Amino acid sequence: MSTPSALPELASAPTPVAGRADLRPQNINDAVIRLAGNSQDGIQTAGAMLARLAGRSDQEVMTYMTIPSTISGGPSIFQVRIGSGEVLSAGDEADFLVAFYQHSYEDHVGFLKEGGILLYDSDQVQPDLTDKRFVSLGIAITGLTVEALGGTAKDKGKNIFVLGLIAAIFHLDAEKLIGLIRERFGGKNESIVNTALMAFQAGYSYPVGSLLSKRYEFEVRPKTAGRGQVTMDGNQALAYGLIAAGVRYGAGYPITPWSTVMEILRSELPKYGGLFVQAEDELAAVSLALGFSYSGYLSVTGSAGPGISLKTEAIGWASMAEIPLLVVNVQRGGPSTGLPTNVEQSDLYQAIFGSHGDSPRVVLAAANVEDCFYVALEAARIARKYSTPVFILSDSSLATRIEAFDEPDLKSIMQDPNPDLTPRSEEYKPYPIDGITKHAPPGTRMIGGKYPVVTGLEHDEMGHPTGRPALHMAMTAKRRRKLKLLAEEIPLPEVFGGSQGDTLIVGWGSTFGPIREAVERERARGNSVSSLHLRHLHPLPNGLDGVFARFNRIIVAEMNDEGLYGFGQLATLLRARFCDPKIHSLTKTDGLTFRVKEILQGILP
Amino acid sequence: MSANETTAETIVPVPEKLTKKALTADHPTWCPGCGDFAVLAAFYKVLERRQLPHESIVTLAGIGCSSRFPYFVNSHGAHFIHGRAVPLASGVSLARPDLHVFLFGGDGDGFSIGGNHLDHGARKNIRMTYVIMDNFVYGLTKKQTSPTSPVGYKSKTDPTGAIDQPVNPIKKLLAAGATFIARTHATQINHMIQMIERAMDHDGFSVIECLSECVEFYPGAFDPANPRKGGEFKLIDEKKWDGTPEDENRHDVTDEIAAYRLANVPFPGLFGVYFENDRPTKNAFERKWIETTRAKLGAPTDLDVLQKTFDRMK
Repeated sequence: MSTPSALPELASAPTPVAGRADLRPQNINDAVIRLAGNSQDGIQTAGAMLARLAGRSDQEVMTYMTIPSTISGGPSIFQVRIGSGEVLSAGDEADFLVAFYQHSYEDHVGFLKEGGILLYDSDQVQPDLTDKRFVSLGIAITGLTVEALGGTAKDKGKNIFVLGLIAAIFHLDAEKLIGLIRERFGGKNESIVNTALMAFQAGYSYPVGSLLSKRYEFEVRPKTAGRGQVTMDGNQALAYGLIAAGVRYGAGYPITPWSTVMEILRSELPKYGGLFVQAEDELAAVSLALGFSYSGYLSVTGSAGPGISLKTEAIGWASMAEIPLLVVNVQRGGPSTGLPTNVEQSDLYQAIFGSHGDSPRVVLAAANVEDCFYVALEAARIARKYSTPVFILSDSSLATRIEAFDEPDLKSIMQDPNPDLTPRSEEYKPYPIDGITKHAPPGTRMIGGKYPVVTGLEHDEMGHPTGRPALHMAMTAKRRRKLKLLAEEIPLPEVFGGSQGDTLIVGWGSTFGPIREAVERERARGNSVSSLHLRHLHPLPNGLDGVFARFNRIIVAEMNDEGLYGFGQLATLLRARFCDPKIHSLTKTDGLTFRVKEILQGILP
Repeated sequence: MSANETTAETIVPVPEKLTKKALTADHPTWCPGCGDFAVLAAFYKVLERRQLPHESIVTLAGIGCSSRFPYFVNSHGAHFIHGRAVPLASGVSLARPDLHVFLFGGDGDGFSIGGNHLDHGARKNIRMTYVIMDNFVYGLTKKQTSPTSPVGYKSKTDPTGAIDQPVNPIKKLLAAGATFIARTHATQINHMIQMIERAMDHDGFSVIECLSECVEFYPGAFDPANPRKGGEFKLIDEKKWDGTPEDENRHDVTDEIAAYRLANVPFPGLFGVYFENDRPTKNAFERKWIETTRAKLGAPTDLDVLQKTFDRMK
């Protein structure tokens, strides 16, 4: 990435508004476009089309959206960052703001960078025209849309009109966009497609040149190698990752922001001969999933924090009975109902420790949308190999964020979903003390004639319940030991930046992008800052202490509270694990993703 | 892939005959004289009669005295958590049509902590055979009031007598939409065997409430229905559909309103099949959806389907 800010020259340009546009470089490599309106205006649709177009043009893209938690309507934004280089965060500031309403203008103009372009609906917005920091473009979006669509009183279609305007201003590929509009609205009534196309054409042919003397064009940097890109959001990537991982059964209950994973699986799994059940509650959902897994099909359940709380007893059973199970937690702000549509990483303790008793389980976290796909594969691999529940932590920012990434090589990664029902020998033991449990699912013939019972009571090697003290110690150790074996095979994550130096920022989950961007900026300024991102959170990979030893300060950045003792959840775990006073904590709880500058400020000595 | 295809290849015919000996596992931990011994004996008998492939029998349970059942049956089995055995069994049933899913539990597990799952299992009509050993008391935790304890029953949590109206299991099951509902008594072994056999032949959510005495904490609870203790074991007189005048007055098991009326007969009530209908199961609906979906796609491989989806994301 040549520079993370799109139009840097403009910030200092001292010329009046009309002249500023002339100064713009024609070629840009990065732009943050924020659409601000109400949730029923279809700004997500328009934004998603921009994202998909970027994906098809081999550009990097990332989106960010807020949805009101009210049932319908309310202010909402959709932000697209498109770049010819690597795009790591949705952007701290917008280069381009589209304000549909007065409140959109008032709430978001502060997010527009100096010299940025403010495009507003002059039928709805009265901006402060004395504010000369921005290039202001007033266009009667409502009126022109109504006019274009044949004079109906409805202003539906403003989103597509604006898409046309943006296409004109940024010199986007109109043919590709028209194709996307046809895909999006095709299959419905033909008149809907035509209406959308009319709205697009009206916006695209609007004489923006009379207001703006130059258009912009993204630098084309054709990808050198290989596969094309796919564009999707984090919940889609997670759902399709589960399918590639051979997960064919699952059960869930509706809760934001997990629901779309469940909706996708409910519709998709029958295509693969599988099934996803909407259960009567979270307890039934995890229990159904355990029924699927017990019957030999690795299955998934998921939720957000409140639902995971309800599932914890059954997840403890999975630890004790040693049943493979995938548990997705698309985190949101908590505790309790908390912030249903905001982001937080405050369920790490819950994932690792959320149970009564000593109940080992594995916890992984996805770093970005692409990783949502691959983390599902890793989780399934571990669940099968170690016969254990595995948590996949995502969060609400990943859930709805759209990114383009290299198309996975599906052929080489598709996993076999079928249960292993080969007859088991007379020596078979469901719970061998010195080995890893591998269950014989029902339907498996037991040659010795002894059939296994899986159980949540403490048990001997054959699954018979027993409370013998020595046995409980041995079995507790057996369940612990398999996680220690797993820790040995997890690769130590690579340090980004220099492998030694002053500051190491440690992150997990969706903070990956902003942390990396912060490191790039710091290093560009000559500062010795590196980062390390943890995907395996429990167990941790071995050897982290060796990495930490090569830095003066370790700063763990995460979106949760500093707690009573001043450290976030991962920071607390790392301090407990390594007793290293060099480990510091950078936390925040505003329900928003990290801005790069927040990290930069947070790591100041 | 589907469970059908998977298991068709892998199930090998069972050579050995299923005898009581082959079916016996751990010695039951129940108190001497517990009604549950008879339920276990009846279950062995049914399995001996039916000679199902040994590996296809699955015995599942939640938590409670009676829920220890899976340890005492030598079959594939799972001992799950309190109250959630119906959804566990639903998972097994939906994923594996080749298996015979038997679920055992008590009144606390089924009607109290698991009451909501019972309703939804019934509503969705998920294929399984569920025997609820109802003893009107929490036995494993040593004598607390249960959801079926009658008003006035003195327990450790109601020392002056229970005050809450008990659940009427048959009415609860009728209201929820269970498609096979029967009631039996652990002292009546032949009747129990009959009911279990009819339940397992029913394609749907089959529930049997089996009065099973807790000799420790509620001795004599079910004597009023035990002829050997001076009671009367009153059977439901089911319609024979023989066109005779006396058949007019017999119970039509498909008549839901009539079933409610029978369920209102005061304790000890009537025994036999209250209700049975042939509403399609969730298993069948889901299977049909899977088959139609796959047929529409032209039975592609999993890779083809996912690749096509990714092509649309480009």
